[in-house]
Amino acid sequence: MKITQISVFLENKQGRLHEVCALLGSNNVNIRALTVADTEDFGILRIVVDRPQEAVAILRGAGLTANLNEIVAVEVEDRPGGLSGILKILSANGVNVEYMYGFVEKFSEKALLVFKFEEPDKAIGILADNNIGIVGGRDIKCI
Amino acid sequence: MIWNERMECMPAGRMQDLQSERLCRIVEYVYSNCRPYREKMDASGVGSRDIKGINDIAKLPFTVKDDMRRGYPFGLFCVPQEKISELHVSSGTSGDPIVVGYTAADIKLWGDVMARALCCAGAVPGDMVQVAYGYGLFTGGFGMHYGAREAGLTVIPASSGQTKRQLKLMQDFRPRILACTPSYALYMLEEARELGVDPRESSWQIGIFGAEPWSEAMRGEVEANWNMLATDIYGLSEIIGPGVAQECPRKDGLHVCWDVFYPEIIDPVSGLPVPEGTAGELVITTLTKEGMPMLRYRTRDIVSLDRGACPCGRTSPRLSKIKGRTDDMIIVRGINVFPSQIEHVLLRIEGIQPHYQIIVDRKAGKLDDLEIDVEVEEGIFFDEIKKLREIEERICREIESVLGIFVKIRLVEPKSIERSEGKARRVIDRRTV
Repeated sequence: MKITQISVFLENKQGRLHEVCALLGSNNVNIRALTVADTEDFGILRIVVDRPQEAVAILRGAGLTANLNEIVAVEVEDRPGGLSGILKILSANGVNVEYMYGFVEKFSEKALLVFKFEEPDKAIGILADNNIGIVGGRDIKCI
Repeated sequence: MIWNERMECMPAGRMQDLQSERLCRIVEYVYSNCRPYREKMDASGVGSRDIKGINDIAKLPFTVKDDMRRGYPFGLFCVPQEKISELHVSSGTSGDPIVVGYTAADIKLWGDVMARALCCAGAVPGDMVQVAYGYGLFTGGFGMHYGAREAGLTVIPASSGQTKRQLKLMQDFRPRILACTPSYALYMLEEARELGVDPRESSWQIGIFGAEPWSEAMRGEVEANWNMLATDIYGLSEIIGPGVAQECPRKDGLHVCWDVFYPEIIDPVSGLPVPEGTAGELVITTLTKEGMPMLRYRTRDIVSLDRGACPCGRTSPRLSKIKGRTDDMIIVRGINVFPSQIEHVLLRIEGIQPHYQIIVDRKAGKLDDLEIDVEVEEGIFFDEIKKLREIEERICREIESVLGIFVKIRLVEPKSIERSEGKARRVIDRRTV
């Protein structure tokens, strides 16, 4: 139930993010979700795309350092307190969230958030036990 | 086999006596026969009387390449031109060319040290050697030639270039030994494959490679592709040409012919000896040459010296591979920094490619800053800022422990460091001093 995310190493330079997005766009890769973590000198661009294997090959072909890694896409009630309810369950069960970000579009009536967990399998088990919806890779392509 | 067992295996104590006796004689000889040396010694207040043994060598002034340029062409010769039997000219890649002169006795010495080198690499009398070093003003070809003749080898004086012909000579004559620059050995590899010659089937079993710095990675490539033992030889025209030091098949340092070429390792800035085993600039004194002896010649090559016993039986100290050149050295906050030191640290960290650049800067009124840009490749890229920060900190810590100064590490994208002719520019010095 994990989905694939691409992480790209980027220097903190003007126009760099645009160049990478333009590269993917011109290759017909559609970005479904995106976030940038940055420091003074460098950043990590994290994206969920429709064709991750192809996209990572395109990025590497352009000389960028890019990796594939696994994240969990979780459905969150789109109402005040929706996210806090999930975080409360995770925290109560000792699951650590490394980072998270949101999808632009919805898959259902609920909002879709991406989580990077320290122990993804444990987190998936706990979320399932609590009847919280997790969206798989195939579903992501349909968004 | 050991070609000159008496000299190559002499116990260190007796060697010291011999070196002492030879040093006293050469200092006296140079003082009486060469005006620039005499003037230099007089100016520094050292007379031949002050030199009583090899341990007094540090009292003598250094000789540098500029001394040779100033004396161009024959100014540093200790004999009149009619006593010189051969002249060689070193390539003037950095400035004017320099001239070296050999008497008949010097040529004989050259043959002896080169015979030692060939045998040290594994040659035995009767072997055939293909000399693909250039014959001419460059010392490589003739030095190898004299040594091969002296050691009773069959010489193919192929000289450099004409790769197709080199490969044909190898296939038709089946020489066991190849002598050339390591980069030419790699170049011939491509040519061989294009001609449909299987390099692993070549007759060459031993390579004697030198005249340029080369890495262990390059050695591995030559050995695996040619299926031969690749040994390193060291020498420089100013001293004699090839034959100053040579690796035995253990490939654990180059045995120096220290009965005739006395090595010292100094701090290139202070000129003082470095602690035993530490890297520094190699300084050589020729103890027996007649035509153009050198007293404490600064080679500008950075090496370390290992005095530990070698199982091959030779008692001579061993030079490390060249770790750098003093020409590349930068001084940051009074500390000597060689790009190669930084490279060694980076290569020790798993996943790091040696693509880096050193930037030295000085902001007004502040201390010098040393920044090292390191390209991030897949081997060290993680999806977490925390882990990337850990890598920065680890590089920083390890470099600090080697150099003793704080450096700023900056992770940069692959290929973002400027390359010229395939090689990255290692140092950018932005200081305006």
